[in-house]
Amino acid sequence: MRFMLLFSRQGKLRLQKWYTATAERDKKKMVRELMQVVLARKPKMCSFLEWRDLKIVYKRYASLYFCCAVEEQDNELITLEVIHRFVELLDKYFGSVCELDIIFNFEKAYFILDEFLMGGEIQDTSKKSVLKAIEQADLLQEVSVLEPHLASLVSNFKDVNKLTTVVVLTVL
Amino acid sequence: MSDVVERTLTALPSLLSSDPSPGRPSSTSKLGTLIRGITELTSKHDEEKLIQRELVSIKEQVSSPNTTMRQMKELMVRAVYCEMLGYEASFSYIHAIKLAQQGTALDKRVGYLAVSLFLNESHELLLLLVNTVLKDLQSTNLIEVCMALTVVGQVFPKDMIPAILPMVEEKLNHPKEIIRRKAVLALYKFYLIAPNQVQHIHSKFRKALCDKDPGVMSASLHIYLEMVTEKPESYKDLVVSFVTILKQVVGGKLPIDFNYHSVPAPWLQIQLLRILSLLGKNDRSTSEMMYEVLDESLRRAEMNHNITYAILFECVKTIYTIHPKAELLEKAAKCIGNFVLSPKINLKYLGLKALTYVVQQDANLALQHQMTIIECLDHADLIIKRETLELLFRITNGQNVKVIVEKLLEFLRHSKDDYVTIDLGGKVTELAEKYAPDNSWFIRTMNTVFLLVGDQMQPDIPNSFLRLLSEGFESAEEDQQLRLLAVDSYVSLLQEQPARLPQRFLQVISWVLGEYSSVKEGLEPATVLRLLAPLLDLRHCSSETKSWVLAAMTKLSAGPACLSVAQELAERHGGSLDTTLRQRLHELQHLASDGELLRRVLPCSDGLEPLEVDSTLSFLDGFVSEALAAGAAPYKPPHQRQEELAQEKALSVEPYGLSLPLSLSSSSIAGRLSPTVLSMSSGLSGNSTELSPKGGALRLEGVTRVWGKEGYLAKAALKPEEAAKTEVPCPLSVLQEGGSAPRTPVVSLPAPAPGPSLQAEREKQQLASCLFMGLGSQGAAGPCLMGKAEPTRHGFRKKVKGQGSSSGARGPSGDSASSSPSPLSAQSAMDNLLCSSPLDSGSTPSPADSAPSPADSAPSPADSATSPADPAPHLPHDLPANNRPCDAQEDLTEDTDTSETVVEGNSVAVVDPYDPEPLCLSPHLPEELCGLPRSEIRPLCRDASLVLSACCVRTDHSSLLVVFVSNASDSAARRFALQMTSGDLEVSRVRGGPEEEEEHVEGHSVAVYQYSLVPTRPSVHMELAGRASYQRPDGEPQSTPFSYGLSLPDFIRPLSVSTEEYGRLWLASSNDIKQNLALLSQEPDPLRATLHRLRDRLQLNVVDIIASEGIVACQLLQGPPCLMHCRLNAGCLAVWLRSSLPELPDCLLYHCQRALAQH
Repeated sequence: MRFMLLFSRQGKLRLQKWYTATAERDKKKMVRELMQVVLARKPKMCSFLEWRDLKIVYKRYASLYFCCAVEEQDNELITLEVIHRFVELLDKYFGSVCELDIIFNFEKAYFILDEFLMGGEIQDTSKKSVLKAIEQADLLQEVSVLEPHLASLVSNFKDVNKLTTVVVLTVL
Repeated sequence: MSDVVERTLTALPSLLSSDPSPGRPSSTSKLGTLIRGITELTSKHDEEKLIQRELVSIKEQVSSPNTTMRQMKELMVRAVYCEMLGYEASFSYIHAIKLAQQGTALDKRVGYLAVSLFLNESHELLLLLVNTVLKDLQSTNLIEVCMALTVVGQVFPKDMIPAILPMVEEKLNHPKEIIRRKAVLALYKFYLIAPNQVQHIHSKFRKALCDKDPGVMSASLHIYLEMVTEKPESYKDLVVSFVTILKQVVGGKLPIDFNYHSVPAPWLQIQLLRILSLLGKNDRSTSEMMYEVLDESLRRAEMNHNITYAILFECVKTIYTIHPKAELLEKAAKCIGNFVLSPKINLKYLGLKALTYVVQQDANLALQHQMTIIECLDHADLIIKRETLELLFRITNGQNVKVIVEKLLEFLRHSKDDYVTIDLGGKVTELAEKYAPDNSWFIRTMNTVFLLVGDQMQPDIPNSFLRLLSEGFESAEEDQQLRLLAVDSYVSLLQEQPARLPQRFLQVISWVLGEYSSVKEGLEPATVLRLLAPLLDLRHCSSETKSWVLAAMTKLSAGPACLSVAQELAERHGGSLDTTLRQRLHELQHLASDGELLRRVLPCSDGLEPLEVDSTLSFLDGFVSEALAAGAAPYKPPHQRQEELAQEKALSVEPYGLSLPLSLSSSSIAGRLSPTVLSMSSGLSGNSTELSPKGGALRLEGVTRVWGKEGYLAKAALKPEEAAKTEVPCPLSVLQEGGSAPRTPVVSLPAPAPGPSLQAEREKQQLASCLFMGLGSQGAAGPCLMGKAEPTRHGFRKKVKGQGSSSGARGPSGDSASSSPSPLSAQSAMDNLLCSSPLDSGSTPSPADSAPSPADSAPSPADSATSPADPAPHLPHDLPANNRPCDAQEDLTEDTDTSETVVEGNSVAVVDPYDPEPLCLSPHLPEELCGLPRSEIRPLCRDASLVLSACCVRTDHSSLLVVFVSNASDSAARRFALQMTSGDLEVSRVRGGPEEEEEHVEGHSVAVYQYSLVPTRPSVHMELAGRASYQRPDGEPQSTPFSYGLSLPDFIRPLSVSTEEYGRLWLASSNDIKQNLALLSQEPDPLRATLHRLRDRLQLNVVDIIASEGIVACQLLQGPPCLMHCRLNAGCLAVWLRSSLPELPDCLLYHCQRALAQH
């Protein structure tokens, strides 16, 4: 995969991830042009595009467009499923995800994407393990601000948030 | 304790406020405020102001020393947000790196994230990240290791990979599968950006492939896909494993975790299918191993869900790629049918795509779906439409070309996308050139293409078009008609609206009018001139176009009427700031007034007369030797210069880099008469005789010869139609062909439908019959409707292509007034060479080729000319210095058995370019040197009475320069002395010391001097400068300078070692270089043939050949050995040279390339 873009119906970029080295200027230009092309397409149209020398696979979820650029020999349909799996992951993590979640917590969305895709290739197809990795890292963050020996205290305190694994993590 | 409590208390609020449930937007955070602020704004201008303010405040805070890491994290998130909106926040890059370095846990993670979003691979700040990554990779905290691996897989400086590679490798053995998986993916990333850095750990990839965790295993498939794509033959042994894995996956043996919408590991399946298709391509036995699992995959993937379609599509692709099996093809064809007929647009698109892919093998499949294709042709979605056109493009033949081209042009008219326009323009041109039914259609179509595609068009389109017009094809009458039609249409175009025509078209028009307006009777040159003149006034007309226009006018400017136009123009544009324009105007004016001169400069010729070009630049010899005598530095070839540069710059990190000699030849094929190539040869030898056997021909070593006189040499067999017939004997198509042969390609009419729709249906039927005409029944000699048979047209394109140099079209005009170098003339010289080229004769195998023994090989004349010390110097008899290229051919065929020539030595005649009569000096060769391999005897210098010639003789332990001094005058030359110096060689007189008494050379006699040459340091070419001095009878001292060029092979000797010794030497040598060399792939045993060629040409010793590897050893005369390890690698020879002398491998490699490039 060359890159992945998330943008809104209004043409606002929400997320961008580039898997091949591209100059900043080219990125901006490509994003702008590609948004125009994709936004101009009607709902019933084909999800695949041949654009420049790239193959674009895009899908719209509510007000958000998910857009991937892949190589010529890549499978279009599976790329569509990559997008779908990413949306599922976001949905599971945020709990019925909406555009606002991604806007306000875009760094979290990036983390999820990084756990899911690495170097442009799918890293983990299992929904459970991706989210586990994310949650672990999240938990670590929350306890790390405290002294380690207070961890158990916090875990009791925040029991609602299912901090069962926290002890294991803080020992590290 | 109170301290701890206090810190806990301060931490708690922030902990609570940091959105415990991740879904809610944090309303209090500054990012939230910023985002809300932006959404409330209405104008872009306000947004800009707000962001700039924000950036200023971020900048202030990040540089303040009091900012905690936690605040820093928050700031970075905001900076990333600003960057995403398109505002630059470069000041924060360094702080992002700092955050990754110093932060803990999530702070660190945000730091890494910001780095990967801000910087790309080549950013210099990334170097600062290396240490952090190293530290985190060593961390005992799993999460930190994960973060480090993630960032490595995202962005990492290429040069620093070796620093962390061992650490990443180590992680392949980590107990946690997530770490192993990330490590594999990081290595995958390394493989993508720097494949040779991870070459040595291929065995570890195998281990990853066998990992017990399916996640790690599937991650390793990414690497395998890349490696198999590059070199499928090396991984055939893994086919069984891949098939087994796929079988298990398809059979549902994986943990349920890997299911996606209840399909087992679809990503894994698709990856495996892709790998299998690469491995099974053109390989019957390997393909047979896969049939079963492919069948199984097809069968299992039946559920109606996107993901199963994805698998099916990949299966179909694989089935059509590997060696065909009728049963599977049938199923795949059915699948494609389902795709095409599917109401889902995505599937329809893929169906068309698959159809496009397979139509070359099985045209009947397109016939089956012709009505659907017709529908797709009018589809509202341009993507579908374009894919359909792509399909039509593939099924075009002489009968349906008109309809299909019309469809393509229609799309082109409405296309707004540049890429599409350029692509389609090229396709229409290709079809028109290949299948044009008649001349006027061809000209019309090309005019439309020129108009529609305009100036973005690939530059070779106008060139090939003009070439086509100028060279024409079989019948001269046709050619004239074509030109007449072109002239006609251009005249009318210019009369209408010349201002709207694109530049390229204007150039084409002016060239054609300049050349061929005389074809049209009654068209006065002055009329054409008046038509062309207004073009110079056009504002948008580039100066290049103006030059074309003026060149055309110059060709036409005969007669008084033209003179007045010329003068008028000169007045109007004489003050132009463009000097080229002024120059051309001046030429025009001058030639228009002097008809005699015009006829001399621009002779009117009908046919194409290739210009003779003296590519050896022999006319510069005098100049060169003068300059050398005056103390100018001898010319150094680029290779040597670069070498010296590289030595200054120390390490060259890129093994297998592009070699220079190759790039040289590519520049010469690009049409630029590369002065470097040519002067390299003439400059080195000091005179051009070295090249004389090749005469006025361009040197072509290393150039893949794709185009021959008869057309495209290799690819012709791969044209779609032929491919269907010849390449893959597809059982299915045979089956269907047999069944459908009597059936017309048109589908029968369906039952009558009501009025209007019936009408529409009829139209579609009609269109279908037009589009699919001639398809399916191709071999069965279908009636040729357009009257004109295809064969003449087939020649159309073939002649045209491959000469795509940007100004190539000017050549045939004989337009010597044109200031740009005319590559075409060189090209035609090349054509001449093609007929005589040793390469061509190579296709008829001579007995010498198959029996490799040193004396047996038949070095071409070109070879003996360029490497003076060839073991078998067999200069063709009486070869004139200014040789015609075709002579070489005859000589070559005569001289298949050259060993005799060597032994006798007497039959060798030497040509003195200064003297028409050849001198026979070989009898003067000292007896003990007779029979030894030596170079031809070449003249060094001459003056009124003395002629000096020399040759280089190789003995086992030395190289001798034998100088013949022949005195043709009556009187003796007294006190004759020779002095020789060289920067690269140690020269010593063999008989007697160097300070020997001065001698006399008697009249009408030949004196022979011998010098032993020892290289002080290896170099590609070595120059020997010398001076002969003596006293004339009248006592006046006389002295003449000379120079002699030698090359490295003169000083290379075979080194006989055993394989064991070789191994020891190998380890002892340190300076190595790696390079891919061309393989003599047409030989039955390419490796052996290539190594023997090297042995014969360069006196290397082939120590051993084991399977696909060979080891070769040689030695520099009185110097260290050089070892060469060769391995077959993807159609070329990967060589690895080692020597204790740093320059030696490099120089030797250069000669290896030369030896292999010459045929």
